[in-house]
Amino acid sequence: MRWLVLLDTTVPGKSTLIKILSGAIRKDSGTILINKSPVDLAGPKVARNLGIETIYQDLALAGNLDVTANFFLGNEKSRYFFLKNNSMREEAKRVLQELKIRIESYTVPVDFLSGGQRQAIAIGRAIYNKAKVLVMDEPTAALGIEETRRVGELINQLKKQDVGIFLISHDIHDVFDFCDRIAILKNGEIVEICRSTDVTKEDVISMIIKGAR
Amino acid sequence: MLGNRKNLLYYVGLFSPLIFLILLVLVFSLLHPRFLHPLNIFNVMRQISIAGLIALGMTFVIIVRGIDLSVGSLLALCGLVGAVIAKGGLVERFSVGANADLVNPWYWALIGSVGIGLLAGALNGLCITKLRVPAFVVTLGGLSAYRGAALIVSDGGPISGFDDAYRWIGQGKIGEVPIPVIIFLVFIILCHIVLRYTVYGRHIYSVGGNPEAARLAGINTDLIITSTYIITGFFVGLSAFILSARLNSAEAVAGMGYELTVIAAVVVGGTSLFGGTGNILGTIIGAILFGVLQNGLVLLNVSSYIQQIIIGIILILAVAFDRFSKSTRQV
Repeated sequence: MRWLVLLDTTVPGKSTLIKILSGAIRKDSGTILINKSPVDLAGPKVARNLGIETIYQDLALAGNLDVTANFFLGNEKSRYFFLKNNSMREEAKRVLQELKIRIESYTVPVDFLSGGQRQAIAIGRAIYNKAKVLVMDEPTAALGIEETRRVGELINQLKKQDVGIFLISHDIHDVFDFCDRIAILKNGEIVEICRSTDVTKEDVISMIIKGAR
Repeated sequence: MLGNRKNLLYYVGLFSPLIFLILLVLVFSLLHPRFLHPLNIFNVMRQISIAGLIALGMTFVIIVRGIDLSVGSLLALCGLVGAVIAKGGLVERFSVGANADLVNPWYWALIGSVGIGLLAGALNGLCITKLRVPAFVVTLGGLSAYRGAALIVSDGGPISGFDDAYRWIGQGKIGEVPIPVIIFLVFIILCHIVLRYTVYGRHIYSVGGNPEAARLAGINTDLIITSTYIITGFFVGLSAFILSARLNSAEAVAGMGYELTVIAAVVVGGTSLFGGTGNILGTIIGAILFGVLQNGLVLLNVSSYIQQIIIGIILILAVAFDRFSKSTRQV
């Protein structure tokens, strides 16, 4: 399983790339290969069916809804149009507990939860949807130290479960903690792709600044 | 984390309209002996049903961050179209009589009235989602345009005189309960179930809470938003028919200012203009609150001009309260 990280200064390009990968917007040119065959990511559902799950910077949760509702957003279990709330809640609890994510209440709006818990719910949802590739946009940017550590544990746990992770970050520590391969992006172009074992942090920082090796 | 103070405010927000309503009922029943008379109570409920039905639809619209200012004008247009159909056409529409023979039975009038409502709702929704014009502007345009269409259909005058079956829908009773109240109750239950227990209802709340998240989760947000205006159009058509049946007349000036009453009922009932929160039971409380207020003030001989001032003030206070409770809810 390959791990790729995109590093970039705060120039545009990475968010667009993520949105293309998640099917939220269409690419103008180029090809996307999954297992060496080209795919057309025409919409969020298409990408999801191919096993690409995206976790956005702004979390893509509906703050007014509870944990269960967010967990099954757009993917609700139902019987004759009616929600199967109990079975969804049990399922969400089971998955989140397996991932060692502790949530005190499954019935309060997620706006009441901490940033780390919301991030964890988004990750749990992606896993539940059988993600083969998880695209994460700055997963720890808005989190405190302890919460960053928890999310880090979660990422390493997923690594063991053979989930490919596409991590977008400009935190150099994140990059070396979690990643096998690093791609450096500058002004919307890939400058360099290398193994994290082949380079030092200083190498990477200089590539980000200079836009070349 | 869940601060106790935040929670308290959350629940005060949930129950304050109900508390206000109970206080209002207490005050009016002390000030006026006939206020709690069953006849008056049914009278109030009958009055509430017309605006209340539209408020049901408006709840859906406001939850998805929308607004529909065109309901009052559309009410007049729908009622007139129904009346013209019952009378048999534009030429025959002014045939008046205490018990005029109708060319078409009441249900054709109902279908016509509701049909125009659905059509106008779809038009509102499509302009908002496809032309990307803000709901406020689209329905403000509708407020003017539908009233104009109503004036053309009516040629300025009322269309009156329907048969017994037609009028029964607005004036009749089953036992002691007026028919409009029964219709209202049925749709309250239906809307409550749809919003609370169905996948569609869940999608409504998610679009209102975070439209981008809903879209990325694969929900067709344009369709959801458009559907809420269609639902409102349906209820406008239905209550337009009930109103014309009750008054035995349809006219172009019907429903003037209804948008205010309806939106006020929904907002006072706890549905946030910022979207994502609200429910049918709150809207019912809001609608009853304004019905009781109007009725009580009439019984106490308070001028209807002052009533308008009071409604306006309550609306602004309700939104201010919503804003205040939102800002303290930030984590």
